[in-house]
Amino acid sequence: MTLSAGIDVGSTYTKVAIVDEDGNVAARTECPTGYNFAHIAEQALTDALADGELERGEVAYVAATGYGRYMVPFRDLAITELTAHAWAVHQVFPDVRTLLDVGGQTAKAVRIDERGRVKAFRLNDKCAAGSGAFLEKTARYLGFTAADIPALTEEAAAPAEISSVCAVFAESEVINHLTSGLSASDICAGGVVALAGRSGQLVKRVKPEAPYALTGGLTRIPLMKRALEELLEAEVQVASDEFGVFAGSIGAALLGHQRLRKTAAPATAAA
Amino acid sequence: MFVAGVDVGSTQTKAVVLDSEPNLVGRALVDTGAQLTDAAEQAFAIALAEAGVSRDEVATVIGTGYGRYRVDFGDTQVTEISCHARGAAFLFPATTSVLDIGGQDTKAIRVGEQGQVLDFCMNDKCSAGTGRFLGAASQALELPLGDLGDLALTARNPVKMTTTCTVFAESEILGWLALGRKVEDVLMGVHAAIASRSIALLRRVGIEPEITFTGGVSRNTAMVKLLEELVEGPINVSEESHYCGAIGAALYGLDRALMSAASETKGGLV
Repeated sequence: MTLSAGIDVGSTYTKVAIVDEDGNVAARTECPTGYNFAHIAEQALTDALADGELERGEVAYVAATGYGRYMVPFRDLAITELTAHAWAVHQVFPDVRTLLDVGGQTAKAVRIDERGRVKAFRLNDKCAAGSGAFLEKTARYLGFTAADIPALTEEAAAPAEISSVCAVFAESEVINHLTSGLSASDICAGGVVALAGRSGQLVKRVKPEAPYALTGGLTRIPLMKRALEELLEAEVQVASDEFGVFAGSIGAALLGHQRLRKTAAPATAAA
Repeated sequence: MFVAGVDVGSTQTKAVVLDSEPNLVGRALVDTGAQLTDAAEQAFAIALAEAGVSRDEVATVIGTGYGRYRVDFGDTQVTEISCHARGAAFLFPATTSVLDIGGQDTKAIRVGEQGQVLDFCMNDKCSAGTGRFLGAASQALELPLGDLGDLALTARNPVKMTTTCTVFAESEILGWLALGRKVEDVLMGVHAAIASRSIALLRRVGIEPEITFTGGVSRNTAMVKLLEELVEGPINVSEESHYCGAIGAALYGLDRALMSAASETKGGLV
């Protein structure tokens, strides 16, 4: 069977999804991006192949996406992450018209049409306040890591108010909250609510239409979905099984298959 | 008679003791940490010890800075903007513009002839271009903060930083190193980014000589040089620039002490 790989080189994590012709995910992997994009892309693909017990020769097409997509030397195609996320979400939730992707260093609001194409988008990539980096910093000040955030925020009784916009200034606020006796889970939950607030503002700038979906690493935090729903006063779809985390790579791999079918290169028949 | 000023900053706490001349007779610098009141107490005690003055001899203590309300032994509080203006005018009487670059904020102040604030502008929403930007560099490069300026001055081919955000700057610094750029060239790029943002802030209140540079970052040689290049002229920097806010606070304390002494005398006559 012909396989297509999608490599999403994000600012913080690199994700790989290997997808078969029917659109099923055969293997996937995730590793920290670091600074050598070409090396990490190669490494992530090798890991994904091992995860699915697949051979490199079975992969007929490699589509790169994400912030480091042009640094993947073995790519057949480079796709913007907006297109890749929109396409992936469209396969799972065909009705979704507005998509929010919140990752490690960027947040993207995308309005999509009934065919899964990007109609409008807004990015926040200049300031850490609207991205996962804000939460990661908050967690670090509290003595936790990013991986602890989902469980920590589920324990929260009443999210603390975090009014600072800047991720750096939020540190002082976190310290003040801690010294005034608030729990780490309430403070961290406050960080999630603050982040959701800023993401919500980004969404409002694309003239959003329901239904909504959330993708990116922040889908791992259940409170993020709930806080967004409260803000947008509408349901926000989050696909199961960490689909949101891999949405960029899955979308890229699916678009790779499409391209393959169109070009129908003779070399792929041999593979 | 003595007076004291305690400036509880976001990163460091400064305390000074002045005599009635006023001369600077004691000073202290400690890390603020999480316990603001403790930091204030500790800085005050060190400044008193350096001055060889006992607590009872201090007529007034004024708190300033972000943690001024935590100086619970202080008589009152004055904003850091007023204190920096007053302190800068004390250090350099011809001061018209003050640029204060601290750990978490940068302030530009236009000062009147008596050291009063005519106008000011500060970044309070975003930490880009503050001392924290240097802190990020210090962390990313694993170099002490105090060494950054001198090292940056050895740069021959500075990089041009593209990120604004302090959080992202850390990644960019490592990215430049990964591309094989020299540490000093990256550092000079970081300094240039802060200098240009600071001057933009100063322009909003008006740049007029003399310009006095205060706050912790004023001890950074590369920053002084870059700012002087940008304003095309000299900038006042003093060994005591770091204590400027505390000095201003102590001077406000002196006003208060002299006023209450005067009213007591008057009371005695009646």
